[in-house]
Amino acid sequence: MVARVYVPGDAAAVAVGADEVAAALAAVAARLSTPIEIIRNGSRGMFWLETLVEVETPQGRIGYGPIEAPEVPDLVAAGLFDGAPHAKRVGRPDEIPFLARQTRLTFARCGVIDPGSLDDYRGHGGLKGLERARDLGMIGILDEVTASGLRGRGGAGFPTGIKWRTVAEAVADRKFVVCNADEGDSGTFADRMIMEGDPFVLIEGMIIAGLAVEASYGYVYIRSEYPHAIAALERAIVTAREAGLLGAAFDLEVRAGAGAYVCGEETALLDSLEGKRGVVRVKPPLPAHKGLFGKPTVVNNVLSLAAIPFILAEGAAAYRTFGMGRSRGTMPIQLAGNIRRGGLYETAFGVTLGELVEDIGGGTWSGRPVRAVQVGGPLGAYFPPSLFDTPFDYEAFAARDGLIGHGGVVVFDDSVDMARQARFAMQFCAVESCGKCTPCRLGAVRGTEVIDKIITGQDVAANLSLVEDLCHTMKLGSLCALGGFTPYPVMSAITHFPEDFGARRTMAAE
Amino acid sequence: MPFAHWNADRAAAIVAAQANREGALLPVLHALDHAFGHVPDAAVPIIAQALNLSRAEVHGVISFYHDFKTTPPPPHVLKLCRAEACQARGGEAMAARTLARLADRADIAIEAVYCLGLCASGPAAMFDGRLAARLDDDRLTAIVEAAG
Ligand SMILES: Cc1cc2nc3c(=O)[nH]c(=O)nc-3n(C[C@H](O)[C@H](O)[C@H](O)COP(=O)(O)O)c2cc1C
Ligand code: SF4
Ligand code: FES
Repeated sequence: MVARVYVPGDAAAVAVGADEVAAALAAVAARLSTPIEIIRNGSRGMFWLETLVEVETPQGRIGYGPIEAPEVPDLVAAGLFDGAPHAKRVGRPDEIPFLARQTRLTFARCGVIDPGSLDDYRGHGGLKGLERARDLGMIGILDEVTASGLRGRGGAGFPTGIKWRTVAEAVADRKFVVCNADEGDSGTFADRMIMEGDPFVLIEGMIIAGLAVEASYGYVYIRSEYPHAIAALERAIVTAREAGLLGAAFDLEVRAGAGAYVCGEETALLDSLEGKRGVVRVKPPLPAHKGLFGKPTVVNNVLSLAAIPFILAEGAAAYRTFGMGRSRGTMPIQLAGNIRRGGLYETAFGVTLGELVEDIGGGTWSGRPVRAVQVGGPLGAYFPPSLFDTPFDYEAFAARDGLIGHGGVVVFDDSVDMARQARFAMQFCAVESCGKCTPCRLGAVRGTEVIDKIITGQDVAANLSLVEDLCHTMKLGSLCALGGFTPYPVMSAITHFPEDFGARRTMAAE
Repeated sequence: MPFAHWNADRAAAIVAAQANREGALLPVLHALDHAFGHVPDAAVPIIAQALNLSRAEVHGVISFYHDFKTTPPPPHVLKLCRAEACQARGGEAMAARTLARLADRADIAIEAVYCLGLCASGPAAMFDGRLAARLDDDRLTAIVEAAG
């Protein structure tokens, strides 16, 4: 019997040696003349266990992790191919509490299937959504997506059904579907994981979007920092085309970004796709009316589009039973930074920040106390543990001057210096500003300088109120959320951690 | 990463191969960067002519994006992630030590990158196009040394 072994090809596994593990497994098996089949699956999203090697046994898949290449001969000798006991044996991955407690709708197949195999995708429920979408037709799809309550997962949380309906109603000779895979937020990797681990779900979602709005062509704009995702999606597009899923009626291509955070903003992204500088456009007109090359365009995040096949296959009601308030369905949350169990945690909206960080994430990786958690990327607020009762919900976070953004949760221990984090937020805005609005372009440079003064203890009170004024100006005078939301991390750091902005910094600064 | 030396004829062929795509400029720039490791000023008129753009437009796009450099890179490029999730795991201190340790290595360009999508396994980096995570000084040194 050929032993079937899974070694993730996910970038985060490769970055800790998965390719070397796969090569070592092949070498050892060859030496022993044991026939094995190595499948490069996606990641299960339990990154502390990568490289997580799984072997298929009569008892189901058995995992071993974290594995490094030099351990492979021992592991095989101990009976890896039979799922034998070993210090690194973690049992069935789907029974590990971190995975068992999740509600994986979008990520159901990620880490399970061979991402290169359309048959495997189909065998695990893939393409059912597309089949039903074809039966329902344009109006039926729009009704279903609207009824699901799905809101954009890229950050702004705009209802996807309404956006699609606007494009569907627009009259034009050509329309486009654009997938925003720019995923620039630190602490986020869900788009990357799904493109590498289950690329067909995104393709299926985009085909359905195309049917709903009568678009003939789609682009996936992937940041250049994601070479593995670009390769995986390009491969999957070729396979889908060969299978007749893509072609004359609707086709797709990947475009690589070029290292500009602001190109994640949808109108800057469209300009970038058109071959221009990634400068934010004034709205209106909305992209839904005048988007790519001036044509009506759906712009959606990877996770929004990847949620669509489930919604169509299982029905809007099945999706919207999950969640709370106006946040329906599940959110693929990303636990990152200084956290013991970091990874992808898809769950219904409503889980609290404290549950995520303490129970699920296991506290810090360093073992020190948690001091601050930044939620929603570089434009998201820093939360202290006293706000850990905040439920993961668009409105609940907004009520506490924060945002959930793309679902990134970055944990810091008590060694963090919040004045430095506030400075970084300003500096990031200054570096990445598209330059269109003065409050963003100049305000962020000025903000960085003023926080530097606070850090070195100069005129702390006066400079703090200057920062506050600058934040106010940026909030009101910025065209997009880069300038408009940078005040969130800055002001939350000052509000919740005032002790880091006092005169004692005179001592701490070198 | 062995890049070809700048060659105007080859560049013109690369540009021509992409020129008919809609919004061709970024794919063109990536293709040139892929071949030569940079996009020199000499490429600007070639691109401008093929895509029917002004030189100023082409230049403006090249200078806007962090990815496109106008001078050839040294033999090795180390991109250290300096974003928040890696900061939370000691990335800044590691970056400072690395910059000091490799200061006299003219053959290595050290650049900042803001997130590689490896944020649960920081600190992370990319060396000559290869990803590395869960880094510490020893691992990073080993990776750099292995390249000679
Ligand atoms: C500075 C900035 C960066 C952004 N980056 C991203 C990004 O990387 N990915 C993304 O999907 N949306 C990003 N957005 C949000 C997009 O503008 C847009 O709202 C989103 O792509 C719409 O898709 P959705 O409705 O599916 O979320 C960003 C917005 C701003 C202001
Ligand atoms: S806020 Fe900043 S990034 Fe956004 S449009 Fe204005 S200048 Fe550009
Ligand atoms: S913050 Fe460093 S990889 Fe994301």
